[in-house]
Amino acid sequence: MTTMTVKAPAIGSFFKARELGIVLALVALVGYTAIGNPRFLSGQSIRDILLNTAILAVMAAGQAVVVITRNIDLSVGSVLGLSAFAVATMMSANPDLPMIVALLAGLAVGAVCGLLNGVLVRYGRVPALVVTLGTLYIYRGLAYSWAGGSQVNADELPRHFLSFANDSLLGIPWLVLIAIVVVGGVSLMMRNYRVGRELYAMGSSPPAAELAGIKVARNLLGAFLLSGALAGLAGVLFAARFGTVDAAAGTGYELNVVAAVVVGGVAVFGGSGSVWGAGLGALLLTVIGSALAVLDINQFWQQAIVGALIVLAIGADRLVAVRLARSLRKRDSHV
Amino acid sequence: MSELRRPGSRRALGWDSIIVALTVVVLIIASFAVENFGTSRNFTFLALDLLPIALVALPMTFIIVTGEIDLSVASTLGFTSALMGTFWTHGLSIETIIPLCVVIGAILGAVNGFLVTGLGLPSLAVTIGTLAFYRGLALVVLGDGAVADFPAAYTGWVTGNIGGGSIPNVLILLVILALIFGVILHATPFGRSLYAIGANAQAAHFSGIRVARTKFWLYVVSGAVAGLVGVLWTLRYSSARADNGAGLELAVVAAVLLGGVSIFGGKGTLPGVLAGVVLLAALQNALRLEDVSGQALNIVTGVLLVASVLLPNIITSIRTTWQRRRLRSAAAH
Repeated sequence: MTTMTVKAPAIGSFFKARELGIVLALVALVGYTAIGNPRFLSGQSIRDILLNTAILAVMAAGQAVVVITRNIDLSVGSVLGLSAFAVATMMSANPDLPMIVALLAGLAVGAVCGLLNGVLVRYGRVPALVVTLGTLYIYRGLAYSWAGGSQVNADELPRHFLSFANDSLLGIPWLVLIAIVVVGGVSLMMRNYRVGRELYAMGSSPPAAELAGIKVARNLLGAFLLSGALAGLAGVLFAARFGTVDAAAGTGYELNVVAAVVVGGVAVFGGSGSVWGAGLGALLLTVIGSALAVLDINQFWQQAIVGALIVLAIGADRLVAVRLARSLRKRDSHV
Repeated sequence: MSELRRPGSRRALGWDSIIVALTVVVLIIASFAVENFGTSRNFTFLALDLLPIALVALPMTFIIVTGEIDLSVASTLGFTSALMGTFWTHGLSIETIIPLCVVIGAILGAVNGFLVTGLGLPSLAVTIGTLAFYRGLALVVLGDGAVADFPAAYTGWVTGNIGGGSIPNVLILLVILALIFGVILHATPFGRSLYAIGANAQAAHFSGIRVARTKFWLYVVSGAVAGLVGVLWTLRYSSARADNGAGLELAVVAAVLLGGVSIFGGKGTLPGVLAGVVLLAALQNALRLEDVSGQALNIVTGVLLVASVLLPNIITSIRTTWQRRRLRSAAAH
């Protein structure tokens, strides 16, 4: 019990240190870019960056929850594709359906996909990496065999569906608003609610969580369901934003999402990191892309920088963890 | 040592034989049922298609057996391909370029190895990072252009067959490398030590196995093989591009896991992995000949991958239920 009370404040400051690092990196990057080209801070430019972040941030929020439980969901890019194509097909066939139905349909498609992942991980006792690598192929294959090379074009989609990406409420685009609500809501759940703390406990030590009486099965299914549902939601946002949807939508997104989560300070060992940190990670990755374009740096550098950043983030995370462990050991020896 | 071997590899051996048998059955059915599948021409295509995955799968098997993973292989392939194009346009001779690319691949692998063993970072996260990083470097080197005018003698050798027959030249390379890797994994103390590391790295360390150094060299070899495949890929399509081999890492990992290697390490055999590679390639080839969309085949790949772990689990749990029931009825009597 004494170690618990010692640990809590140390971990609190550790979180702060991790996310502070991202915020500082963001500020430095935005500042440097804005000095080089003031247009970077124009309303249109900021709007573009936020719109581009929104889809990634929604998926990163779900992925962060899964990674915190010491699992991974590689199928999110395929779920996005399946959901985007399903919803676009539905909306082009029934143009009178309101937007909320499209959003719910996307969530539902994603939730089913996510639930299947969770069931296979929990009840099939198959490692999450294997399950979601498998369903990455399966969901993408389903999208392809459904679409069969066809695509839904922007002119087949109802206007209110497409304008959703550009409409705004109080000056904030709907897409961004949804992303803020999702990242904020999931952060709150993970930080302040019992189920969130249980998910952290599961990631810190799966057997200990089980022994402590945590409903591991229910929580794990919930985590995968959430990740799938949010990827499905991202599919609807993708379809609304880009208008043209084929079966390849979102191919390779899983790596961007995992990158955002890792850069955002969520440890792949599980048990630490925060959802809003993952959201910041998504923002940072998007800002890097835009900054390179504004600074006239060869856009081909973008991916190399993102890759280097991921390695850097893991390294920094490791450094903090080692220091934390050392300071805890020191304190324990004094007790 | 044989005691250590038994419990771990017996179940894996079971899945191995299943996957080998399944592969043979698929090959036989396909050559009867699918028109043109059994032709020598198709055999050449099949061999050329599975070659990159099979080659990269050899060191990947070693790495996954030790409980780690290397997702950066396809990006290493892309980087060496891009470099090959750049070197060639700068007038280096092909005889210099090829060994240089293999060495550079090994260096990229050494970077992974250092990050994983030297700094103790999780290999999954590290190699997702270097996956993006190396592919990014490939784009920096060559952009979105392509270099195509490689000497016909080399491109011809890669696509050509032994003595003009139907066995591709590059298949010799695969057979030699597969034999070397197979003997090392299954018939040397070093190979046994890999299983020990995967089963319990700490116990392996205490029994005198140099865990970190072993893993480091596995990453170096993985990088070198990926570099070699980058060269072969470039020569086969006669095109050096930064996006060559994109996404190949997932196909390789899928084939290795399908072949019965446990993602947690300590289990699996090379024949099983090679059967996994052949099975995936043969299915893809057969379905393409039947005009089934190649992308819809993703479903088959995914289902096989999940089933490769799920089925043994189900069989084990059924067996334990039976045993428990038998014990209970024996106790009741």
